[in-house]
Amino acid sequence: MLTAKPNPLTFQELIFTLQKFWADQGCILQQPYDVEMGAGTMSPETFLRVLGPKPYHVCYLQPSRRPADGRYGENPNRLFKHTQCQVILKPPPDNVQDLYLQSLQAIGVELRKHDLKFEEDNWESPTLGAWGIGWQVMLDGLEVTQFTYFQQCGGVDLEPISAELTYGLERLCAFLQDVDSVYDIVWARDPKTGREITYREIRQAEELQFSVYNFEYADVEKTWEHLRLYEAECKALLDEYNAKSKAVREKKSESLDDLKRFPILPAFDLCLKCSHLFNLLDARGAISVTERVGVIARIRALAVGVAKAYVDQQSDTAAAAVNS
Amino acid sequence: MPDFLLEIGLEEIPARMIDSAREELARRTQELLTRENLAPSDSKFTSYSTPRRLAVFVEGINAAQADVQEQVTGPSLKVAYKDGVPTPAAEAFAKKVGVEVAKLGKISNPKGEYLAATIQKKGRSAAEVLTELLPKEMAGIYWAKNMYWRAGKPERFVRPVRWITALLEGHVVPLEFGGIKAAAKTHGHRILSEGEIPLSKPENYKDSLEKAKVLVSPAEREHRIRKALDAATRTIPGLRWREDEDLLRTVVNLTEFPSVIIGSFEKEYLSLPEEVLVTVMRDHQKYFAVEDASGKLAPYFLAVLNTDSDPDGLIRHGNERVLRARFNDARFFWEADQKVSLRDRVEMLKNVTFQKELGSYYEKAKRMAHLVTIGGADFDHPQHKIKRNALYEAAWLAKADLTTELVKEFTELQGIVGGLYARAQGLDPAIADAIYDHYKPESMDDASPRTLESALLALADKADSIAGMFALGLQPTGSKDPFALRRQANGIVKIIVEHKLPVDLRILFQVALVGYKGSEAEKKFTQLDKYSESVSAFFRERLEFYLRDVRGFAYDEVNAVLAAGHDRVTDALDRVQAVSEVRKSADFEPISIAFKRIKNILRQANEVGKAPNGKFDRAALEDPAEKQLAEAVEKTAPVVAELRHKHKYADALAEIAKLRPTLDTFFEKVMVMVDDEKLRSNRLLLLQKMLNDFSTIADFSEIVTEKK
Repeated sequence: MLTAKPNPLTFQELIFTLQKFWADQGCILQQPYDVEMGAGTMSPETFLRVLGPKPYHVCYLQPSRRPADGRYGENPNRLFKHTQCQVILKPPPDNVQDLYLQSLQAIGVELRKHDLKFEEDNWESPTLGAWGIGWQVMLDGLEVTQFTYFQQCGGVDLEPISAELTYGLERLCAFLQDVDSVYDIVWARDPKTGREITYREIRQAEELQFSVYNFEYADVEKTWEHLRLYEAECKALLDEYNAKSKAVREKKSESLDDLKRFPILPAFDLCLKCSHLFNLLDARGAISVTERVGVIARIRALAVGVAKAYVDQQSDTAAAAVNS
Repeated sequence: MPDFLLEIGLEEIPARMIDSAREELARRTQELLTRENLAPSDSKFTSYSTPRRLAVFVEGINAAQADVQEQVTGPSLKVAYKDGVPTPAAEAFAKKVGVEVAKLGKISNPKGEYLAATIQKKGRSAAEVLTELLPKEMAGIYWAKNMYWRAGKPERFVRPVRWITALLEGHVVPLEFGGIKAAAKTHGHRILSEGEIPLSKPENYKDSLEKAKVLVSPAEREHRIRKALDAATRTIPGLRWREDEDLLRTVVNLTEFPSVIIGSFEKEYLSLPEEVLVTVMRDHQKYFAVEDASGKLAPYFLAVLNTDSDPDGLIRHGNERVLRARFNDARFFWEADQKVSLRDRVEMLKNVTFQKELGSYYEKAKRMAHLVTIGGADFDHPQHKIKRNALYEAAWLAKADLTTELVKEFTELQGIVGGLYARAQGLDPAIADAIYDHYKPESMDDASPRTLESALLALADKADSIAGMFALGLQPTGSKDPFALRRQANGIVKIIVEHKLPVDLRILFQVALVGYKGSEAEKKFTQLDKYSESVSAFFRERLEFYLRDVRGFAYDEVNAVLAAGHDRVTDALDRVQAVSEVRKSADFEPISIAFKRIKNILRQANEVGKAPNGKFDRAALEDPAEKQLAEAVEKTAPVVAELRHKHKYADALAEIAKLRPTLDTFFEKVMVMVDDEKLRSNRLLLLQKMLNDFSTIADFSEIVTEKK
């Protein structure tokens, strides 16, 4: 068998190595955000942090749950829940592409022996009111990373621009270990006994059961109800924040603290809940044509509302209005 | 004379945008240098590009603009001197041009006498001009999509600019673009080369970069790729690679130093339809397909690499692994999709949106079935009877593949997959073929649907979309055509012509609109009053495009023919062919002039309130010339009508042309606008009759003639 290296990284070593690499480049290491979401981009570490002027460099893992992608643990390449390693560089350094290539070398890819191409792939999420320009990075014909210069997020034009690197870890690891199924990935190797623990042992049951739930068991009525409840609460919070902010700007209120302590971050959690529940209903086949467009618009309104409120809360103008 | 080199170093430019941007940069540079008198006529411009750079190399430019003498006009003498003494105005002018007052000249022009001076204007150096003006040209390059990257967002460009090389002979031209100052160095291949590459002279550019593993000439890369494809294919006897111009252009623009590997896949995948395998290879992996001597797909592929070699076979191995996974997916989808038949999938179309306002694909399928039943009623070809039942069923099933996993994964295979499934599920081959081809033609170069049934289905699909959009008021405007309605209308024209369908577009689009009756969509139809008119104008434009740009007819012939009607595409084509043929005859141009004259006379008569009234009365004619004309018209009219009816347009036109001598005599001898009202009216009526009877094939007055 041909492999890139005699001892390719295990899944967990791959994670350590990438995190160490980006920490050495000055990134904050964050933990995965503990709310279900479809992509690492939706984490507040990206969605909110790219807004506003404050520089921020962060690296984190994010389990990404996509109910419709579940294959009952049977498909060797498709997962309901896969792991993204997400790096945000705000603003991006001039040598951002070189840094990325170094990260590949760090995980054991000898670039001289491989074929690497940056192919146009612009990323867009209408639900998040977000889009960017970039590439899919192809390594020997395999898409290993999505590389995006964010231009807009939550309907807000970004300044500065952030670079986002998203590594699909299962896919990358299967490539490094030269296995044909993600379930054959070696997750860990016991340092004493050398016993290997595979991705299958750790995750396959979860893939199966969540596929069964997502496609067969999820209670459609209750899921709709959850969606409505989370949406209503998120909306109520946003409405209240906007009223308070308006009062401050019009100098009818002096309570800047009221704004600063206002729970916009929790409002975003509620928005994430809605997005996941929508994905679940979609996988369940419970959303009709007419509803679909409407629900996407509703979630987008929440995401855009949170982004605007977040920018407002962070901005100095709110403070200035009070201090003047 | 010095040479000049400009290179813009970028992060990877999208392959699809490179060719036009390279040409535009060269063109803009040439125009700038010409405009600034820096490019003698024998300067040579060469453009280069790779994914990471756009460059232009100019041989032989002027080091500086020539000095020029310029005459400057000052104040008039009346103002410049008072009693022979220079005024402050004269002195100010003298100061401005740097000449003593006493040495100023004089010029006189129609307005009077003025002070004047001849000044030497020093030409600017090429470096100065380029530094100031070239960055503006660089910024002006058109990109289909561009981005911000720098702090403060000062500019947008296709991707971040990372270096600029600008050399005039051995000197850096200190221009600045995208926050980068030009320098005398460039960068080699991302991986095969290290560090910066110093560049001392423009003419070393190509060779220096070749040493740094970058072939800057796209033509050279294409040549190398072709040779490498040949060489890799030859390693396995009896095979050849499938020519694919688009793919070749793409890989040329994805590589700086290309090489090729041949990989293989398991024979068992060949049981999947070839269309699926080729799509995966070409569209998703950018691989060339390989076939055997009989043209059958062979279990190999060719990948174009952006590196020089694959010594350990790692790259081949990796690509094979990816392709296997992709084929596995495709096979999984292919088999899973078979569990639900196309017929059962029709119901599922209720959950697939066609267009926000126009409802689901289920409703569209229903309308298409209606349209092929009603609209297809008269289309029986003499040699080929329509298989009506097959066509009706195909219309219902045409969109069902949108619910399959295979089409969700490979959207470009819509229609094709439906056709393949129909065949696999044992449906009538006429149904399968109709579904398979119904998105065709995708462009003017693409073939029309092959069978009559598929042609009618394609027609119905496109007409339904256009009808719905126009009724909503969403017709294309200017460069905006988000639903590609122009492409679909071009498709309709092409299909009608190539299948010789006797379609009347006016009727087709009335029937198409009936399909929406009683639907939710109908409530949103706000543009119904303008519907017929705007669809008709839209198709006239498409037909004009087709006849002129695709078929190459002269624009005035096309105008003449379309002015006499454009609802029947095949008929318009026959007529323009006839006009084009008859135009060469001696009588044609003169008769066109005569018709123009007739039209003018009638128009002028209308304008001065002398429009004819009453009925034409042959007995009231006086002059022998007009009697002769009336007789000729009466004799010719039924002959022309008969020939027109038989679609013998050229013969009909020849008959009309024969009227020329009679008509010429008429205009020589007869004055139309006489004072006698009855006589005048009668003559006008005769001309009117001529125009009516003989403009049914083409409006001759649209023909552009040499003499006025």
